[in-house]
Amino acid sequence: MQWEAVIGLEIHAQLATKTKIFSGASTAFGAEPNTQACAIDLALPGTLPVFNIKALEMAVMFGTAIDAEISKTSVFDRKNYFYPDSPKGYQTSQLFYPIVGLGELDITLADGSIKTIGVTRAHLEEDAGKSLHEKFADMSGIDLNRAGTPLLEIVSEPDMRSAEEAVAYAKKIHGIVTSLGICDGNMAEGSFRVDCNVSVRHKGDNKLGNRTETKNINSFRFIEKAIKGEIIRQIEILEDGGRINQETRLYDADKDQTRTMRSKEEANDYRYFPCPDLLPIVIEDDYIEAIRNNLPELPDARQQRFIDQYKLSEYDAVNLSADKALAGYFESVVKECSDAKLAANWLLGEFAKQLNQSNTSIDQSPVTASELALLLTRIKDSTLATNGAKQVLEALWRKEGEVDAIIDSKGLKQVTDTGAIEAIVREVVSNCDKQVQQYIAAEPDKRGKMLGFFMGQIMKASKGKANPGQVQALLVPILDELC
Amino acid sequence: MFSKTIAQLSQGLKTGEFSSSEITRSYLDQIAAQDSKYNSFITVTPELAMAQAKAADETIGAGNAHAMTGIPIAHKDIFCTKGVRTSAGSKMLDNFIAPYNATIIEKFNAVQSVSLGKTNMDEFAMGSSNENSYYGAVTNPWGDNRVPGGSSGGSAAAVAAQLAPGSTGTDTGGSIRQPAALTNLTGIKPTYGRVSRFGMIAFASSLDQAGPITKTAEDAAMMLNVMAGFDAKDSTSAQTAVDDYTATLNQPLKGLKIGLPKEFFSADLNPQIAERVQSALKEYQALGAELKEISLPNTALSIPAYYIIAPAEASSNLSRFDGVKFGYRCENPVDLEDMYKRTRGEGFGTEVKRRILVGTYALSEGFYDAYYKKAQQIRRLIQQDFVNALKEVDVIMGPTTPQPAFKIGEKTADPIDMYMEDIYTLSLNLAGLPGMSVPCGQVDDLPVGLQIIGNYFAEQRLLNVAHMFQQATDWHTQTAPGL
Repeated sequence: MQWEAVIGLEIHAQLATKTKIFSGASTAFGAEPNTQACAIDLALPGTLPVFNIKALEMAVMFGTAIDAEISKTSVFDRKNYFYPDSPKGYQTSQLFYPIVGLGELDITLADGSIKTIGVTRAHLEEDAGKSLHEKFADMSGIDLNRAGTPLLEIVSEPDMRSAEEAVAYAKKIHGIVTSLGICDGNMAEGSFRVDCNVSVRHKGDNKLGNRTETKNINSFRFIEKAIKGEIIRQIEILEDGGRINQETRLYDADKDQTRTMRSKEEANDYRYFPCPDLLPIVIEDDYIEAIRNNLPELPDARQQRFIDQYKLSEYDAVNLSADKALAGYFESVVKECSDAKLAANWLLGEFAKQLNQSNTSIDQSPVTASELALLLTRIKDSTLATNGAKQVLEALWRKEGEVDAIIDSKGLKQVTDTGAIEAIVREVVSNCDKQVQQYIAAEPDKRGKMLGFFMGQIMKASKGKANPGQVQALLVPILDELC
Repeated sequence: MFSKTIAQLSQGLKTGEFSSSEITRSYLDQIAAQDSKYNSFITVTPELAMAQAKAADETIGAGNAHAMTGIPIAHKDIFCTKGVRTSAGSKMLDNFIAPYNATIIEKFNAVQSVSLGKTNMDEFAMGSSNENSYYGAVTNPWGDNRVPGGSSGGSAAAVAAQLAPGSTGTDTGGSIRQPAALTNLTGIKPTYGRVSRFGMIAFASSLDQAGPITKTAEDAAMMLNVMAGFDAKDSTSAQTAVDDYTATLNQPLKGLKIGLPKEFFSADLNPQIAERVQSALKEYQALGAELKEISLPNTALSIPAYYIIAPAEASSNLSRFDGVKFGYRCENPVDLEDMYKRTRGEGFGTEVKRRILVGTYALSEGFYDAYYKKAQQIRRLIQQDFVNALKEVDVIMGPTTPQPAFKIGEKTADPIDMYMEDIYTLSLNLAGLPGMSVPCGQVDDLPVGLQIIGNYFAEQRLLNVAHMFQQATDWHTQTAPGL
C-alpha cells in the first residue's frame, strides 16, 4: 500500500513597514524590551487603532505579483483569545474578507518539472508580542516590541505532496516577498515563519486524512525535516492501526522531531467578528493597477533574464534568481569578473557551502561580491587552480586579508612552467609502476578513465599548484610513450 | 452664581465681573461642601483646576479668550486624563493613572476650559441608574433616594446639583439623554463619529459617542463646538465639516416638520409623561411647527438587537483588562489561568460580568449567525426606518424615558426591567443618529425629558429646535428642590 502526503503551508511574512500596522511605533528588530510599544500597542484603555496604509500597499503588491484576486473591500476582524503577549485580548486579523483572494504560482522541482501551487488567500494581521519564560524565576516577562508588527499571512492550497515541494514553494514565496521588498525575509529573526499542515492518505484516495499543523518553523532546512518527520510519524501510527489527532505541533530542531502543543479539543473558539474600531478597507481599480504597473522584477522574470542575458542553464537560473539578495550578489560578481558560468558554479557550489556551514544569509556574507569576483578572475587568468581557489575562499571567509595577499602568503600561485610540471609528471609516473602496468594492459578506449588516478597524484605532488590543463596535456603522451 | 449657565459665566468672565479663579474656587468649595449628598464625583482635582483657572485668567486678560476659556466643567470618568486616575467606575481601574489625554480633554485644554474633576458613572458605562459603580450609587438632586439615570449619572447629578455648570458624558444606548431627562438637564448625543472616541474607554465601539450635559441648549452648543471634529486618531471619526452650533440657535421654527413615531407613544409609556410630551408638542405648534405621525416599525427589535451587539463588542473590548499590563491584578496568582480568572472575577462588577457573558455567548461558534449577524441585520432595518422617516420630517420627537426617575434599588433585581429604561433612546445609537433630551415638565415633582432626534450631522438643527423651545418655556430653568 502506497502512502501519499498532502501538505499546505501558512506563511507569515512580516511586512517591511517602518511603523506598526495600527500605531506609529517603530518595527525595528532587537530593541530593549517594551521600548517600541506605544500606548496603542500596550492596549491602554481608550486607545484606538489607525491602519497603516503602507501595509495595504505591500499586501496588494503581493497579490498582484501572484496575479491573485484583490478584494475591493476587505475587513479587519477581531480574533479573541487570552494570552499575555496579546495585549488587547484579541488579534486584529482578516477572516471573512481578506485583502488577497485566490492566486497561484509555479514551482520548479529538482527534475526540472514545473508544478502549479494554489494560493488560497493572503490577509493582513498584527503580530503578537513575545513571552520570555527563561529570564524570570516563577514569572514570565512580556516584551511587546513586536506586538502590532504587520504580517501578511499567505495560505496555500493543500497542493504539495512532498517536503521538497513544500520547501520549493516556501522558497518561491520567500523570493517573491523579498524581490518585492515587502519583507526582509530574515528567517532567523522571525520575519518569515512557516506553519506546515500535513496529512497522509493512501495514494488514490480522494478523502483527506486528519492533519496536524506544525507551527512557526524558521528555516527551510527545518521545514524539510519537520515535514519528513511528520509524514513518517503519521504513517507509522496509521500502519499500527492508530489514528491521527488533529492538533497543533511544535518542531524541536535540537531533537529533530515534532511534539504536541495543543489538541483540537483544547483549541480556542476565537469568536471572530468585524472590528468596530476600523472601517472596511475600500480600494479602487486605479490603485491596484498603479501598483501592478510598478512592480519590481520578480523571480520568474529574473530567471528568464538570467537565461537570456547570462546564458545560464535552467537549473542555475532557477537557483540564482529565487532570492533577491543572491541574485543581486551574482550580478555584481559577473559585472566584475565577466564570467557568468564560473560565477554561477561558485555561488551555488563552494560559496553556498560556506553560507550553509556558517548559517549565514547572503547579505551578511563576510566575502564581498568584489572579493569573490577577484578570486574568480584569478582562476580565469590561471593564477589559481580550483583547489587553491577554495583555500583562498576559506581564508577570505575568515577575513584573513585580500585575495592576492592570501595567494602570496599561502604560496597558492599555480605552477605553469612546463618544464617543472613535466618533471613532476615523470616522477609520479615512475613511482606508480603498478598503475602504469594496468594502464598499459587496458584496452585503449578504457584508458581515459584511468587518468584520474594519475591526475590526483600529480596534483597532490604539486600541492595543488600545477595547472590541471597543462598536467593532462603532458600526462597522456608520457604514458603513451610507455605503451 | 451657581445657577448661572455657561453662556452667562462666559459673559461674566469676558466683562471681568469675576475671574475664572474665583468661580473655579467657588465650585471646588461647593463640591467639597455638598457632594457627599450626591456622590457625583469620583475624583476632584482642585490643584489642577486652580492652575488651569489661573492660566485661563491670563488668556482672558490678554483678550485672547475662547467662549469656553476659564469655564469650569466636569468630565465623566471614562475620558483618559493625563496624570489623573481614570477609573471608568470600575475596581479594575481604581489604580489606573492615565498617561495620556483623551482627544476631547485635549480639545478642552486647548481652549483652556477648567477641569474640576471626574464624575461618577456606571462601571464601564453599563447601566441606566448609576448603581453599577464601584464608587457607589449617585443620588438624583431631584428626589431623595432617586437615581439620576445612567451611565453618565455623576455628570448629570453634578450639573443638576450645581456643582458644575456643565459636564461631559458618553451615550452608548441613552447614557447622556436618559440622565439628562431624569435630572431636568439638556443633553445631546451627537451623530456617531462626530466626536472623537480616542481616549474614551470603550464600552461598545460602534455605539459609543461623547457629548455634553448642560442646563441649556445654548450651553450644549458651546461645549459641542469644542468637542466636535475629525480626529486622525479615531478611524471611525467623521471627516464631515463641523458647524458652528451657536450660530443658528435663534432661527425661527416656522414650517418645522416634526415626526411623532407611534411606537414611542404606546401603552408602555407612563400616561403623565405622555401628557407632558404632548404639551411640549403643542408649544412647538405654537412656534410654527407641523406635527406628523410616522412609524418606526422595528422599534420593538431595538432592545434585543442592542443587547446582542453592545455586549458582543464589550466582551472583546474588555478583554484587555487581564491583570497583565495595568489596572487590578488579583493577589498571589498561582498560574496564568488563576490570574485571569480571579483578576476578572474580582475586578469586574456584576452587570459588567453579565454583559461579558452575554456577549461572549453571542459571538461563540455556532451562535454567531443566529445572534450577532442577525442583530446586525436588524440594526440595518432600524437605521432604514429612521432614514425613511427623516425623508418626510425634519426632526422626530417623543419621550426620552418611559417614566421619571425611579428609586435606588428599585430595578436592580431585574436587569430586563432596567434595560427597558432605554427603550426610546438606544435605537438612535443603533442607527448612529444624533439625539437630544430637553426638560419638558415634571411628573410627581420629578423631571420629564423630551427627546429630539435629527438626521445625520444635524446637531446644529437639533440645538436650534431645543433652544427655541427653551426660549418659549421655563422648564429647563427649574432647579431641584432646596437649591
